[in-house]
Amino acid sequence: MFGKLTLDAIPLHEPILVVTGSVVVLGGLALLAAISYFGKWRYLWDEWLTSVDHKRIGVMYIILAVIMLLRGFADAIMMRSQLALSYGDSTGYLPPEHYDQVFTAHGVIMIFFMAMPFIVGLMNFVVPLQIGARDVAFPYLNSLSFWLTAAGAVLINISLFIGMFARVGWLAYPPLSGLEFSPDVGMDYYLWALNIAGLGTLLAGVNFIVTILKMRAPGMELMRMPIFTWASLCTNILIVISFPVLTATLGMLTLDRYLDMHFFTNEAGGNAMLYVNLIWTWGHPEVYILILPVFGVFSEVIATFSGKPLFGYKSMVYATAAITVMSFLVWVHHFFTMGAGGDVNAFFGITTMLISIPTGVKLFNWLFTMYRGRIRFETPMLWSLAFMVTFTIGGMTGVLLAVPPADFVLHNSLFLVAHFHNVIIGGVLFGCFAGYTYWFPKVFGFKLDETLGRWSVVLWVTGFTLAFAPLYVLGLMGMTRRLSHYDVAAWHPWLIAAACGAAIIAVGIAVQIAQLYVSIRKRAVLADVTGDPWNGRTLEWATASPPPFYNFAVTPVVEGRDEFWIMKRKGWTRKLEDGLQPIHMPRNTGTGVIIGALSVVFGFAMVWHIWWLAIFMAVAMVAASIIHSYDTNRDYFVPTDEVERIEGEQIAQAA
Amino acid sequence: MTVLGFWIYLMSDCIVFASLFAAYVTLSGSMSGNPGNAEMFDLPYVAMETGCLLVSSFTYGLAILAMQKGRSDLVMRWLGVTFLLGLTFIAMEVNEFHHMIAEGMGPGENAFLSSFFTLVGTHGAHVTAGLIWMIVLMAQVTQWGLNEVTRTRLMCLSLFWHFLDIIWIGVFTVVYLRGAMG
Ligand code: HEM
Ligand SMILES: [Cu+2]
Repeated sequence: MFGKLTLDAIPLHEPILVVTGSVVVLGGLALLAAISYFGKWRYLWDEWLTSVDHKRIGVMYIILAVIMLLRGFADAIMMRSQLALSYGDSTGYLPPEHYDQVFTAHGVIMIFFMAMPFIVGLMNFVVPLQIGARDVAFPYLNSLSFWLTAAGAVLINISLFIGMFARVGWLAYPPLSGLEFSPDVGMDYYLWALNIAGLGTLLAGVNFIVTILKMRAPGMELMRMPIFTWASLCTNILIVISFPVLTATLGMLTLDRYLDMHFFTNEAGGNAMLYVNLIWTWGHPEVYILILPVFGVFSEVIATFSGKPLFGYKSMVYATAAITVMSFLVWVHHFFTMGAGGDVNAFFGITTMLISIPTGVKLFNWLFTMYRGRIRFETPMLWSLAFMVTFTIGGMTGVLLAVPPADFVLHNSLFLVAHFHNVIIGGVLFGCFAGYTYWFPKVFGFKLDETLGRWSVVLWVTGFTLAFAPLYVLGLMGMTRRLSHYDVAAWHPWLIAAACGAAIIAVGIAVQIAQLYVSIRKRAVLADVTGDPWNGRTLEWATASPPPFYNFAVTPVVEGRDEFWIMKRKGWTRKLEDGLQPIHMPRNTGTGVIIGALSVVFGFAMVWHIWWLAIFMAVAMVAASIIHSYDTNRDYFVPTDEVERIEGEQIAQAA
Repeated sequence: MTVLGFWIYLMSDCIVFASLFAAYVTLSGSMSGNPGNAEMFDLPYVAMETGCLLVSSFTYGLAILAMQKGRSDLVMRWLGVTFLLGLTFIAMEVNEFHHMIAEGMGPGENAFLSSFFTLVGTHGAHVTAGLIWMIVLMAQVTQWGLNEVTRTRLMCLSLFWHFLDIIWIGVFTVVYLRGAMG
């Protein structure tokens, strides 16, 4: 009846999990009670859960990302403190089988459920505004994408309390991840969470490509698009090309585990290196899926806060496009040690080094944008400066790893771990934070507190350096990754330093939470009534903050790059535009959230081999899609007087 | 716009198949003791299967021509024929799979068979999805006639159907013909 699921699956013997579990359950109950008490269910359902508004969906993506950042960071703190303790005779407080789950969950969560939702959330909010569109091309699909991503996140978190998570590292190399060596449900949680979320990402990719290609305001030629939009276009092309490979690869591993197939097993002719090749065919483009959009964020921020147009716009576009293509030509650098031979390794070593050229072009463009600019050192700009330093270091250590003989020594060491955190924290995460502080006033109509923002930058940069610089040293001293215990005395001080770094980051995160809280309290003081708090250059700043649900009362006609800057120079002021017309908008639909919920149950049933439930859920999902296809009442027109009323209110507020 | 989006989706689906082809080609030597492909495949049988699918693409094309003339009755007729051909294809494939498994050549035997069943089976699952979609669309054309919505959907399904045809030509060549050559 319940497949493999029994009461033993609930880890009552693990005090850490019991406490977190109780906190989550109690917190959840408190939240539900609060929603009921304040009678907010209707509001939540109508305005958020069923919303197809790209701005709302973007906000939900970012809320998901922030929650998962906290979860992933809790894992990180556990690992760092374990390693600070577990030297010599001490075994620390995490037994190996638990430690292995922690580092797997950490990697999976940070990449798939923190970085990806953050980036997709920023794109959701910003891209339609930047191109002067009313929404994305397929609003319902957008909602479905979000709910599938959220479903994956929910599944991962369920694994914490029912059963266990995988113990295989974030890319789950077989044969370790196969049935023989991971017979438990941990790997199955991994597979279903990623398969479901991956589908959501793929659909989002399709959606954004069509949106950017087809929904730009009149006059916005490709070479007039804001750089963030360009970066988003390239990222989504990467998503559409690479995520299917992930789906197919994880699909084959799923078949190995569920139908006893032999794609990647040790026996019967299976080939584990096939998996490694395929997963990195997706994996390397994935790192550029993460970094390209934040390159876009930095380009916007640096241009705005330097008060200058971006230096070398065209070269920026070409560099982005070059990276898009080249990111498919370097995957073997993740396993030079496979033994493919000198010629193959040389080829991939060289392509890897070549890819740092367009990256360098970007860096110089940012520097030249700042050169003789009137730079304002506000929080988004501070994140950008922090990025330029840390990311460059990370890129250089990457080039070092791209030298095959060096990589034979450094592969799988903490040097590698330091490298990718250097680019992922210093690049992706700082970029997300820059974007968060930069667009926050657009989303909510007030700025984030500046003082606390600066403190968080300082704490993060210090904490990051202290946490990861020692890992380079440790790597060179020969410490491999994914160890839960060690006997080498010389490593101990460096690991304590790294733990201190993590503690400083924790303070940085606390400051960010405080910043959000304080800013909400002080929102009247921090209010942005102009819609243009930073003296921005691109179209998203031309509409009110927060933007009306239809974005622009009249679709702008674009005359050049940095369109809003051009408008301002021509004496633009916020006024009731003439020529208002009824606005065509999509209607909300609950199908996305319903399919998302069904897919959680489906994934759970598959994990625990509850076949009847899985079949039932699969049928229900198909049925929900078919019912949705009968819904012909999907859009409506906002009448002109309604638009006039909303615009009037906003102008009155600004005056 | 919908058609463009769907086309992009198909391109990504194409990459799913590309990965499965890659796995198949890599693993097709890994039989660990089983009979070679040449003895396994019944080429004339598969040729008939292929014929069904190719003709069904043609009949779907006729349905689209009928749609352009606004003849919903003809659309329904050709969709019906397409559906039957697709169903025959799936039935033959299931039968083939059934035989292989009964003869001890199931997907769990060795890596080659795993990749074979997965590649061919994924294509089959797509065709099945196409058939379900076709039923829904036929119901909707009956109910609503040929309006903007049904026309767009007919176009998308058409793309999907021809796409599966092209994939099958790849399967037929790489799996069966190459297999028959030994
Ligand atoms: C600037 C150019 C870059 C170069 C030359 C480079 C090079 C490399 C190389 C050679 C490895 C493999 C090392 C090994 O496994 O022994 C590696 C690993 C990695 N890189 Fe980079 N990289 C660059 C940028 C980035 C960026 C931008 C990101 C992410 C945003 C990133 C994320 C990663 C990750 C996640 C891994 C390791 C994953 C693992 O094995 O678990 N890299 N990089
Ligand atoms: Cu890489």
